[in-house]
Amino acid sequence: MSTLTEAPPPLAPEAPEPKPPKRRGRLTPYWLLLPGILWLLVFFALPMIYQASTSVQTGSLEEGYKVTWHFATYWDALSAYWPQFVRSVLYAGTATILCLLLGYPLAYLIAFRAGRWRNLILILVIAPFFTSFLIRTLAWKTILADGGPLVGALDTLHVLDVTNWLGWTAGDRVLATPLAVVCGLTYNFLPFMILPLYTSLERIDGRLHEAAGDLYAKPSTTFRKVTFPLSMPGVVSGTLLTFIPAAGDYVNADLLGSTDTRMVGNVIQTQFLRVLDYPTAAALSFILMAAILLMVTLYIRRSGTEDLV
Amino acid sequence: MPFVNWLKRKLVVIAGLLTLGYLLLPNVIVTVFSFNKPKGRFNYAWQRFSLDAWKDPCGVSDLCGSLSVSLQIAVWATLGATLLGTLIAFALVRYRFRARGAVNSLIFLPMAMPEVVMAASLLTLFLNMGAQLGFWTILIAHIMFCLSFVVTAVKARVMSMDPKLEEAARDLYAGPFQTFVRVTLPIAAPGIAAGALLAFALSFDDFIITNFNAGSTVTFPMFVWGSAQRGTPVQINVIGTAMFVVAVLFVLTSMVVGNRRNRQKA
Repeated sequence: MSTLTEAPPPLAPEAPEPKPPKRRGRLTPYWLLLPGILWLLVFFALPMIYQASTSVQTGSLEEGYKVTWHFATYWDALSAYWPQFVRSVLYAGTATILCLLLGYPLAYLIAFRAGRWRNLILILVIAPFFTSFLIRTLAWKTILADGGPLVGALDTLHVLDVTNWLGWTAGDRVLATPLAVVCGLTYNFLPFMILPLYTSLERIDGRLHEAAGDLYAKPSTTFRKVTFPLSMPGVVSGTLLTFIPAAGDYVNADLLGSTDTRMVGNVIQTQFLRVLDYPTAAALSFILMAAILLMVTLYIRRSGTEDLV
Repeated sequence: MPFVNWLKRKLVVIAGLLTLGYLLLPNVIVTVFSFNKPKGRFNYAWQRFSLDAWKDPCGVSDLCGSLSVSLQIAVWATLGATLLGTLIAFALVRYRFRARGAVNSLIFLPMAMPEVVMAASLLTLFLNMGAQLGFWTILIAHIMFCLSFVVTAVKARVMSMDPKLEEAARDLYAGPFQTFVRVTLPIAAPGIAAGALLAFALSFDDFIITNFNAGSTVTFPMFVWGSAQRGTPVQINVIGTAMFVVAVLFVLTSMVVGNRRNRQKA
């Protein structure tokens, strides 16, 4: 950085006039925005329009597709694949709740209890990101392997009996069951819960805790009335950052699940890349997008945090 | 019951450390299994200790090729997204302009969209335009989804900046360009660096969007995905372990250097 700051200012513009011309100043933000916004418009917004148009086309790969306003595709896609939609919401929802339950103590620990270990623990939370998530997800195949130590222990403790009864596992297997998929989803998106939680917990003024204690609040009351409400922005953005990618994920369901655990992401992927049924795939993707946007909007409005960006 | 009391007091710490263990367990497995000598094609069950894979990390065909493709894409995507994102962040913080709300939502939406939706819709665009899928389409996609994250990182830093510093520079007869290069940019640098680091990590590790828009180009995550079907070579674990160690060392060194610099200033 020092070389940059010490270097002589190259070609400084003309000495500033007392009042810079207003028009130039007014256009500056637009010039700054132009390249990036153009990129997003062409490669993010425009594709959404193309996708919407593809979803109402009919035709075949050989003869090409035409827009025929064939809305029946949506109905067909929904009636054929509603179980996968339900599963996506169910798995992603469960994973989000698990992430909150698991992530909150760790975020709390880093924010208030870690002392000089704080930075180290933070690094350990982020560091797994640098090993490809596919490799880490494959590691769960080893951890949850049939007859492995973990599954054996769950079996001995009769945990598997309970999960079998709930329909989360089958027999003495964990791999290729909903439990394995939810476990993978929870694992993969946990840091996205911990980091926003930590950020909002860390902002809390420690004196508020002392004040609550001085007013004879028990630690649990302090948590319920002071800490948790103040961490709500973190809870909201954490749950969104976990739920959204989990609902669209197909990697965990593919690597750790079976054909009975396919989520909507798997269907979109297969329809697009294997079956090459573009209208159905586009319709499914459009429904997923609409559902998520609707949920996000309602959720943000209910929880009252408008400024997430 | 002193033990119960102790347990009560330490409950948060114990729960937090258990979560940390859950987060790190797969990395431990990845590391341990990089020293495995598996019997069949899959490296899921422990057989016996071996250094073979570490001695020959590129021993599997196409593995190091895919790694180099991923690195190239990540570097270019980081440069592109950081440049475009920083410009947007400055415009958002420093200027009042029309369509601010629209710009804000255009930046928020890619982060609130499931990857598979962006992947599928981008593919329809490329198919409609008749674009050749490959390196360039991957790069375009990566810059697109990294952009918003860079904007958020840089924006946070620029917003917390004291505008008086720039006023002071102007009072001392620094031109707008001089003020920007010698005052604004150095202060914003940590935010820009954080955004760039995030963009690199996101791009390097992306699978879903890449899988849709890669054509026949194979990135490292796509290689791993393919190997999950065909058979997982131990070398994958070697690369994963090496990346983990390098990243942790990198962060630790930068922290130590940062601490020392702060102490010198104080």
